Amino acid sequence: MPILTRLFIKTSFLYLIVALLIGVLLVGRSVWQLPAWLAGLSPVYFHLLMVGWVTQLIFGVAYWMLPKYSQQQPHGFDSVWWATFWLLNIGVLLRAIAEPLRATPSTALWGWLLAASAVLQWLAGIAFVFNAWLRTKER
Amino acid sequence: MPKLSRRYLHMAFFNLIWGITFGGLLLYNKGVPLTPLMWKLLPLHIELMLVGWMIQFIMGIGFWIFPRFWRSRGNDTPMRWAFWLLNIGVWLAGLNGVFNLPAQIFLAGRIFELTAGILFVLYAWRRIKPPGTGEWGKKRARTTTGS
Repeated sequence: MPILTRLFIKTSFLYLIVALLIGVLLVGRSVWQLPAWLAGLSPVYFHLLMVGWVTQLIFGVAYWMLPKYSQQQPHGFDSVWWATFWLLNIGVLLRAIAEPLRATPSTALWGWLLAASAVLQWLAGIAFVFNAWLRTKER
Repeated sequence: MPKLSRRYLHMAFFNLIWGITFGGLLLYNKGVPLTPLMWKLLPLHIELMLVGWMIQFIMGIGFWIFPRFWRSRGNDTPMRWAFWLLNIGVWLAGLNGVFNLPAQIFLAGRIFELTAGILFVLYAWRRIKPPGTGEWGKKRARTTTGS
């Protein structure tokens, strides 16, 4: 299993654990005395699961399993794959931080960081499709 | 990779691009408000990402890598129908939220998706089998020796 696949998959495992932990905290608010801002983590919980965990797992397995692009470049354009990894993870982390903090006094700053996280994740998706599309071929 | 899997994957990528574009606009709008109308994209974003991208990608990969019946993937007609039903269903169900279409269209979209799912499971069920067995689980030796 190539290094980038291991990195994608192991990072996705971390998101899985963090997302499930947030899931516990979201429900735990009704049982324990927890800060009110935790309620703002609901979309973060869902996106850590669907983007950080599932999508990232798919990206890692696709890098590994899709037919070779060529003998010289079996995975396609590796620099674009690395860009996919970093754009996706910086984007997801930025969202996880900025979204709940939008409720703080410095709303504008966090709002712009949230918008930046949207752009980063979008670029990650486009970069993935670029490489994966080229490798979706007969052999 | 067989042609049908390539068709599934290319369509999954197409839906992914639209799904992340609408999702990106929604998130951007959440941080830096552009227009409240952006929220109308939410059902389409969810439909494209969950069904149009993830489920379709898994179905395409499944058709490619599940154990085969010797060298054949069997009768793939259900998978061909599932492809069209799934994609028409995704866009019907997703666009319903954007344009406030009649509920019957939303329902039709979801029924198309359900039918696609059933066809996929009916097709793929027989391919979830031990290696070296035929369509009905018979050992190869029995079919080739005629015993």
